[in-house]
Amino acid sequence: MKKKRLWFRSALLAILVIAIGYTIYNSIFEESGTYIKKGDKAPNFVLTDLNGNRVELEDYRGKGVFLNFWGTWCKPCEREMPYMQRQYETYKEQGVEILAVNVSETNVSVKNFADRYRLTFPIPMDKQREVTKAYGIGPIPTTILIDKNGKVVGRTSESLSEKKIISFMEKIKP
Amino acid sequence: MQSITCECGHSNPYGTSLCQACGKPLDSDVEVLSSMRYEGSARRSQTYKKTFVDHTWNFFSSVRVGVWLIIIILVAAAIGTIFPQETFIPPNVDPATHYESEYGTLGLIYYLLGFHKLYGSWWFIILLGMLGLSIIIASLDRGIPLYKALKTQRVTRHDQFMKNQRLFSVSEEAELEEIKYTLESLRYKVREEKGNLFAEKGRFSRWGAYVNHVGLIIFLTGAMLRFFPGMYVDEILWVREGEKASIPGTKSDDGQYYLENKEFILEMYDKEEKKFNSALSSVDGEVAKNYQSNVTLYKTTPNHTIGEEPELIKVKDGEIRVNEPFKFDSFALYQTDFKLNEFSKMSFELEEKATGKKFGKLTVDLHEPEKKYDLGNGYRVEIEEYFPNFILNEQSQPSTVNNLPDNPAFVFSMYSPETPKGEKAFVGIQKNIEAGENQFKMSFAGIETKDLTALTVRKDHTLWIIALGGVIFMIGVTQGLYWNYRRIWIKQNQDGVWAAAHTNKNWYGLKKDLDFLSEKTSLIALVDKESDTK
Repeated sequence: MKKKRLWFRSALLAILVIAIGYTIYNSIFEESGTYIKKGDKAPNFVLTDLNGNRVELEDYRGKGVFLNFWGTWCKPCEREMPYMQRQYETYKEQGVEILAVNVSETNVSVKNFADRYRLTFPIPMDKQREVTKAYGIGPIPTTILIDKNGKVVGRTSESLSEKKIISFMEKIKP
Repeated sequence: MQSITCECGHSNPYGTSLCQACGKPLDSDVEVLSSMRYEGSARRSQTYKKTFVDHTWNFFSSVRVGVWLIIIILVAAAIGTIFPQETFIPPNVDPATHYESEYGTLGLIYYLLGFHKLYGSWWFIILLGMLGLSIIIASLDRGIPLYKALKTQRVTRHDQFMKNQRLFSVSEEAELEEIKYTLESLRYKVREEKGNLFAEKGRFSRWGAYVNHVGLIIFLTGAMLRFFPGMYVDEILWVREGEKASIPGTKSDDGQYYLENKEFILEMYDKEEKKFNSALSSVDGEVAKNYQSNVTLYKTTPNHTIGEEPELIKVKDGEIRVNEPFKFDSFALYQTDFKLNEFSKMSFELEEKATGKKFGKLTVDLHEPEKKYDLGNGYRVEIEEYFPNFILNEQSQPSTVNNLPDNPAFVFSMYSPETPKGEKAFVGIQKNIEAGENQFKMSFAGIETKDLTALTVRKDHTLWIIALGGVIFMIGVTQGLYWNYRRIWIKQNQDGVWAAAHTNKNWYGLKKDLDFLSEKTSLIALVDKESDTK
């Protein structure tokens, strides 16, 4: 009788704690239900880059991908660009690619910006914000780290220091 | 912990104050009347205090804890209404700066404490969960013993139980059959045992509180399910006239839905019209009559890759007005907001300043300007810089606030056979700054605008659960408020016929029943101890 009661109470409490826990878990990652987070498979996408080349994420399978979302008007984005360029040159040989997805801007503005900072990594142009939406990007810059298997291993919305970028590159190096 | 056996032979669980069968107080200091709320039954929470689980259980069983939880939730929910929640601030602004710039230091504190998304915060969900726990446990701990007590109660009650009731009398003699008949005519359910009577009416009203708690639990479950994937979508979709955009939350294995905004319509009431004249005369400005989006729904092929130019298959056309959503699958699109006259295209003419002669016109798409515009005969214009939303930054350099063409500005290079090296000019709205003395200028030649519509994308599989919870809650409230549980005991003792009565509420109603009873029978009217003292 007493044992039964303890079992009943424990079971009921456990069920409720699990239900509340799961709700909180979902609420944290609730944003549009598509918020891509650590541990998810990075959704494939196809975009045209600034130079008119087709860029498909799946083509980079086997390499680490440093996926950055940015805009020319965004100061923190601008700050991290030279660091990204420098580390790109270092880590390109080691199998890490940078894809700097521009959020819905014009080719003219982005071309000027890329020339000013001598950017050589591909800049996919997300004109319709489809990829931005699919990845649940809120504030920019947001950087998503994808390993060689296409799995997301990190996500951050902070403005990155060069040191941080290096540690990220090391993390996704195949 | 032992059970207590009453002199009537009934075995009561530990913690019981009134015998569940005959009502005898099981301890000398028990007050009968105040114990009647739960029939003097042992609330289980108060009896066992052993393990951690029991301690947790006891904590949530307390009504006081429940009331405090409700108060805390009320205060928290109220705080969430001081400034708008994050969902309701304009899109494209950064909440980190918005709250401070809009509401000052208080706004900043509000943001830093995370109150801008209070209702989805982990601690608010924990509070609601704790309230849910409290409701479930407190109900189980009281409802089950009460149910058992009311089920096991006997016809014959202990003298002390009878004597201590609020309504009581002793008659010399009374005709039982008559009493029984009269009470049955008042629709009491009457039981008889060894010449004693027990009449009851409206027992189900005692379940009201528990029914409404079940309703609340269902309601809370529905609210909780909103956080589960696929149950609930609430998103904003902005679409420019003439453009197609993917509808958030609608991607599935068989494709992604797209919506085309064919036209946004804003109609105003005509103030001159007789029908509205008097009603509108007191209003300054225009009064909107209709907000409408004419749309077409498309779906991509199943193997659509994000970002790829979609292969769209038309599904259907529709019109969206306020309160008249456009529905497909389990989604509904509601007219929510709009933006009129967003700049879309700007036209300029290349003009020789001295003569005013024009050498061709160019139209710049503000969402995708060309790099070069060839005007023929050796005349051409190039765009060096483009600032969609022009501003001078901290270093007094031209720059842009964001990517929306709200205040477009350009740096043009103008080439002609006379000026093959090109002349530069900065051109914006009401601005034309030349680099040196130019022979040519860009003169403004018109602007095209487009409207935007904002739609709320809504899918809600939880609504029926929430509605069901609400209905059950109301049934419970009605059950408990509009009915009450009346009981009358008649016992034949040596000194005459004892009568006692109890109700959980509405003593006036019970007294009217009793007045009728004593009028029709030889039973002496029952005396109300509480009104006696007045």
